[in-house]
Amino acid sequence: MKKTMKRLYMGLIFLFLYAPIILLIVYSFNSSKSRGQWGGFTLKWYADLFQDRQIKEAFIYTIVIAVLATIISTIFGTIAAIGINNMRRFPRKVTLNLNNLPVLNPDIVTGVALMTLFISVNLQLGFMSMLIAHIVFCTPFVILAVLPKLRQLNPHLAEAAMDLGAKPSYALRKVIIPQIFPGIVSGALIAFTLSIDDFVISFFTAGTQVTNLSILIYSMAKRGVKPSINALSTIMFLAVLILLLLINRKSDKGEELLL
Amino acid sequence: MRRRMKLLAYPYSLWMAVFVVVPLFLVFLYSITKGDIHDFSTLEFSLDSYKRVAEPLFLKVIGNSFFLALISTVFCFLLGYPVAMIIARTNQKYRNKLLMFIIIPMWMNFLLRTYAWMAILSPNGVLNRFLGVLGLAPLEIMPGQGAVLIGMVYNFLPFMILPIYTVLVKIDRSLLEAADDLGANKVKTFFRVVFPLSIPGVVSGITMVFMPAVSTFVISGLLGGGKTPLIGDLIEQQFMSDRNWHFGSSLSIILMVMILISMAVMSRMDRKGSSA
Repeated sequence: MKKTMKRLYMGLIFLFLYAPIILLIVYSFNSSKSRGQWGGFTLKWYADLFQDRQIKEAFIYTIVIAVLATIISTIFGTIAAIGINNMRRFPRKVTLNLNNLPVLNPDIVTGVALMTLFISVNLQLGFMSMLIAHIVFCTPFVILAVLPKLRQLNPHLAEAAMDLGAKPSYALRKVIIPQIFPGIVSGALIAFTLSIDDFVISFFTAGTQVTNLSILIYSMAKRGVKPSINALSTIMFLAVLILLLLINRKSDKGEELLL
Repeated sequence: MRRRMKLLAYPYSLWMAVFVVVPLFLVFLYSITKGDIHDFSTLEFSLDSYKRVAEPLFLKVIGNSFFLALISTVFCFLLGYPVAMIIARTNQKYRNKLLMFIIIPMWMNFLLRTYAWMAILSPNGVLNRFLGVLGLAPLEIMPGQGAVLIGMVYNFLPFMILPIYTVLVKIDRSLLEAADDLGANKVKTFFRVVFPLSIPGVVSGITMVFMPAVSTFVISGLLGGGKTPLIGDLIEQQFMSDRNWHFGSSLSIILMVMILISMAVMSRMDRKGSSA
């Protein structure tokens, strides 16, 4: 009895979580444009999607920004984390608290604050401002991912390497980086997902010339239905699903990676 | 060596000064001044925009945002705690799978998830079609607060489940056995042993749901239809369409303060909870 209750409850929760997604997928094959009606199977919206220049452009911007922001914030964050780890107590605390600001502040505040800065210094809102904004909110997460690994590091290892004649840069490359590498990878993954999924901060810093997918979906959803969004959702959902299944299959630690 | 390595943090410190501290300072500056935002020489000290926030119309919006975020947090807690507990008690083979299925929707674009609820709840959406087939009267949920609430619970539920799960799964089973041996029934064991031990997870779950809920403008913009704006909608309007940065900045500062206070309250509860 209790077991059935549990199963029923979990079933309802999963229904709640997945019904909207399944609905979008079903609608992406619906030839009727109206939301409540089934007009027969079609692939029209997928064809529309691939011809839509706006969507293509937004997709490219999303990916380019995400890749650049990930690379830059991962390198920048790793270097900063090594520096922070070697700071004395008080300056370290101040730096970490500042670092936490973009993490703890609501996105909307970070977004409008950056927009205020860009406009105040007359920087044209666009690709550059959006990229800077993404680096601003991604780097703190990289630092938070790398720092714990640095703490676990044995400080004598780098010293030993240098006693044996390694230059500091060589010791960094050959001794420190390999040991903190898992932290760097998870930092990069976090940065990438945050950047690719971001709407709020991009919305305020992208201006009118540049749009990423989230901004495009928002403006489309506000204006009304466009069935190609359903097709886009289906593709994005399947991409995520396949990616996750692959990760999970490859390692039992997949769960750790996701959290 | 240590002294030289320290230097590596300086570029980032400078970066944060420019892109974290200065922007927030500008927002604060605009919140306590009036004048032309493009010309610093015209700015003069004024608390007008804070006075405007205190007008009943805007106080109502702030109160409403707080209230809706609170209600959605409560719903997430009530729905999410049992889920976390059930998953934590499932045997290890299926646990990760269940967890993965909770996480997958989170990986889908946030706007698409909200957009999906528009398709369900809109006046001629799926829900009303379904009710129509059953011969029932259509519901007028969207646009409105009910729809916003559903959207919030839907989007933020995993944020409540995951931290609670993480704490519950680590609870030493022998504690439960000990409670049982000492004659506590299941209800008593839950309230005296399991729940107090899970408070850190509950606290971070509450913070992770409340914060995005109180500052959202996407969910209310898409599902609320502008009928009952939240503080996030107001801020977005001031910066994007009304161009009243002074008022928008005051609202942002108030939102930040509200969140800081709630976080301070939560961390106090956390400390109290774990020492009890």
